[in-house]
Amino acid sequence: MTPLGITHYTATSALGRGRDAHLAALRNETSGLRADAFETCSVPCWVGEVGALAPLPAALSRWDCRNNRLAWLGLQQDGFLEAVAALRARHGAGRIGVFIGTSTAGVHSTELAYREIQSPDTPLPQWFEYEASQNCFSPAEFVRRALALEGVAIAIATACSSSAKVFASAARAMRAGLCDAAVVGGVDSLCLTTLYGFHGLQLLSPDICRPADAQRNGISIGEAAGFVILEPGAPAALALLGYGESSDAHHMSSPHPQGEGAASAMRAALERAGLEPGGVDYINLHGTATPANDAAEDAAVHGMFGDRVPCSSTKGWTGHTLGAAAIVEAAIALLCVEHGVLPRSLNTRQRDPALRAAILLEQRSARVDRVLSNSFGFGGSNCSLLLGRPA
Amino acid sequence: MISAFVESAGLTAPGLSGWAAAAPVLRGDAPYLRADLPPYAPELLPPNERRRASQAVRLAFAAAEDAMRGSSLAPADLASVFATSEADTAILHRLCTALAREPRVLSPIDFHNSVHNGAAGYWSIATRCRQPYSAISAYDATFAAGLLEAAALVQADAAGSLLVCYDLVPPAPLYRTRPLAEACAIALVLTRERGARALARLDITQTEAAESALEDPGLERLRRGNPAGRALPLMRALACAATASVTVAGVGTQRFTLGVTPC
Repeated sequence: MTPLGITHYTATSALGRGRDAHLAALRNETSGLRADAFETCSVPCWVGEVGALAPLPAALSRWDCRNNRLAWLGLQQDGFLEAVAALRARHGAGRIGVFIGTSTAGVHSTELAYREIQSPDTPLPQWFEYEASQNCFSPAEFVRRALALEGVAIAIATACSSSAKVFASAARAMRAGLCDAAVVGGVDSLCLTTLYGFHGLQLLSPDICRPADAQRNGISIGEAAGFVILEPGAPAALALLGYGESSDAHHMSSPHPQGEGAASAMRAALERAGLEPGGVDYINLHGTATPANDAAEDAAVHGMFGDRVPCSSTKGWTGHTLGAAAIVEAAIALLCVEHGVLPRSLNTRQRDPALRAAILLEQRSARVDRVLSNSFGFGGSNCSLLLGRPA
Repeated sequence: MISAFVESAGLTAPGLSGWAAAAPVLRGDAPYLRADLPPYAPELLPPNERRRASQAVRLAFAAAEDAMRGSSLAPADLASVFATSEADTAILHRLCTALAREPRVLSPIDFHNSVHNGAAGYWSIATRCRQPYSAISAYDATFAAGLLEAAALVQADAAGSLLVCYDLVPPAPLYRTRPLAEACAIALVLTRERGARALARLDITQTEAAESALEDPGLERLRRGNPAGRALPLMRALACAATASVTVAGVGTQRFTLGVTPC
């Protein structure tokens, strides 16, 4: 594929607001995870929470919920609103698409609304706005309205690959002529459903998450918002070079043990970019820190790259931000390219001897031109992105 | 403009039980008589999964299996788009009810079935399909958004795609805030090249025309009462097998004309 220019990007997570905060945390090797309880959650775990979230401006107040507050905070960083205003002036509001990944949308509002009713026969409270919070499209519609865009818009919800697949969807939409530029992104926020749900599946660690560690025992959940502008033909130092998607066709909540689906997504991304495995300088792993994910992904990565390409998961920094994980990791990948920093596998004390890929246990500084970023979701939905400098 | 060929269609809604039975009703050759949907047992799921299948999975599979019956393509060869505004509101209701009580215990099966891509995941497992799938939402414009995604897939990346668009009637407390009157699911198999069994060519263009409606009040109620029902004017045009043009609403002010040319 022709590289798709990335003319702007931003991320907000437990590491802070915007690119500089993320770069500083990566350089200082500081995690955003804390052993704090979210809201009334009594499950022992660590979370990557994004501090206080301010209410929405009056014109958008109908869309108020934790998830859209986080989206709004994210949109205000790094001059993103101004960049979209300039994009609108160049292309027209009707020719810019909005593609947003999410897994939670505003379900926390629904959780709170249910606390206020005694039985299913009682109405949910007046303040509860289903369309503006619970509905899966809510973050995409909120972003579209906040950015005053009138092009095609879609929410993609394939669990933890959601905000990787927005790049593929936007690339296809632009190729098909549905839009001339795109705002792609992801927003996912802390809620009780994911904390108790992953706890019930025994996938939530009571400890801080430790990707690739011999003693790893599950994920730490975080929240995040991130956005990228894709503008074909624009002069850009950064670009989407390729994407690859696949399905495991194996199990709803555990990956294919040999990582066949993961390998297929990575291969498709390389093929689309016209690259050999040796053309990749760093791999940002999905690396959730569950025993099954890290083993399956390692089999796929080692099978394709051997131990030659340095790789790490950055979930030890941000936590697993689920529907926003891929966009945060895309932003981290772009920071790696711009600043030549290779993040280590944070919180990994003793590397699992069964893992064979070149997992970074020490920070490294090196020129980075191309990063492969992996995202694999529940339901066996895999997506790999190749991001970096266009040739 | 995006073009694709419609290889086959599937449909399930109260009173429209399968494409073969629904086509004469959509054409106006038979009256629309509303009847409750019997629970569907997905044929492609193994017996233990079939028993445990959620309502959303049953509904999506009913239309998807119906469309595959008319297709010369194998499901394992098709990329897919599962378009649903709400996914499984019955599971959402159970999870939120459980979280409002002490002790808070969520059913692990409910949790992993609560993801928006639940039906898409089960479809890929049931059909051993390793082609990519997507699971999307665009509220009331979910059908248009799903169709664009499935057509763009065929134009850019895949030889064929399966679009499944479905939504359930939400349970009591959610219904008041999201009043979807009827369950409805549609499915379309799209191909880049004209297949031997192709029904029609589909040309999608942006327009400022008004959304198409249906004359029959029962069918119009179904169209308006479910995001998947927004596909009915297109399904009617396919059933009539005559050149036609219908308009569907996208997000915000967007409208799309779907030009149908029978093969």
